[in-house]
Amino acid sequence: MADVFKLEIITPDKTFYQGEAQMVELTTTEGQIGVYARHIPLTAIVAPGILKIHEGSEVKRATLMAGFIQVMPEQVTIMAEVAEWPEEIDEKRAQEAKGRAEKRLAGGGAELDVSRAELALKRALVRLEARH
Amino acid sequence: MASMRDIKRRRASIQSTEQITKAMKLVSTVKLQKSKTRAEESAPYFNMMYDTICSILRRSGNIEHKYLQAGASKKKAVIAITSNRGLAGGYNNNIIRLITGSEELPAADTEVYAIGRKGRDGLVRKGYHIKADYSEVINEPTYQDASEITTELLEAFARGEIGEIYLAYTFFKNTVTHIPKLVKLLPVEATTEDGEGQGKDLLMNYEPNEDEVLNAIIPKYMSSLIYGGLLEALASENGARMTAMDSATSNAEEMIEALSLQYNRARQGSITQELTEIIAGANAIS
Repeated sequence: MADVFKLEIITPDKTFYQGEAQMVELTTTEGQIGVYARHIPLTAIVAPGILKIHEGSEVKRATLMAGFIQVMPEQVTIMAEVAEWPEEIDEKRAQEAKGRAEKRLAGGGAELDVSRAELALKRALVRLEARH
Repeated sequence: MASMRDIKRRRASIQSTEQITKAMKLVSTVKLQKSKTRAEESAPYFNMMYDTICSILRRSGNIEHKYLQAGASKKKAVIAITSNRGLAGGYNNNIIRLITGSEELPAADTEVYAIGRKGRDGLVRKGYHIKADYSEVINEPTYQDASEITTELLEAFARGEIGEIYLAYTFFKNTVTHIPKLVKLLPVEATTEDGEGQGKDLLMNYEPNEDEVLNAIIPKYMSSLIYGGLLEALASENGARMTAMDSATSNAEEMIEALSLQYNRARQGSITQELTEIIAGANAIS
């Protein structure tokens, strides 16, 4: 059996996940990474994406919006501002958010905050993807 | 001696006040339970964030970063977390006194970001300038609110309007002990003491690089401190109100007891007097 490491995912409101995992996959600002046990120490910034926790033969999925990850050889801590299990996602709301963000991006206009609208769109897409 | 009617009226009024304080005590007890749980649940994030920041700063040695140095401006910003409602004993006054009493925050050089109407009004009376008011936030604090305040403050910091940022809140130690605290948010001060934490000798890698990571983490650190402060303050507020209302209720009970005694004495006195008068009248006739 592959080595396991301690994984903790903490959000401002609660400890989202705590357990032992073999691998965790997530998206950082630099791209997607997968972390196994005995990884070199690393701190990276989390970008909106899907989080996959490999726990034995089981893979748990969740969304991860913003925060950062701190990797130690035996322990991985993810400080997430927002994290949700697929069943917690309100699909209708995500659809609406997607529509709004697309409209804003298409509409243009001088005071359009492009990066913010893109981020909102990205979040909505990640939520919808996790749902299916 | 006050007349029977006066005593009765007074007693009735105290009784209705007692009912109010009793109800408020019950309400704040329930609210306290809820806010206490929330504050406890957010504590791991808050502590972890603090540890992470400290370990990053410790490991990376002397890095130059804009958030690690005081801004050029000598203006200081303070986030004052108080409540929107009174009747919470010394809760709001303690925060006001903490701010007015601290040497770092003279009225002339301080911009107040008020959360809570009571603190805002109190600080205005002391001559402080209120830069912004987020009083609605304390009713139902969310992490989002904390991030918005952080963004606003960091923008002001980046524009050079303020040089240092403080947070004044009430730390919830337990149900009866609440400690007003003043914390410096920016510039971030690294603790010099070495933590025990595992692998502190390990060389940390940063992706994409130290600067970017600090840029991203420090605002989150601030938001988490503010959010933690909000939750602690809410728990403290309800705790303070519960204690205040508890003593108000017991004071009211004491007063009612004393007044009841007085009322009964007066009633007895008046009956005795009436009897004496009747007997005297009967004697006079016979």
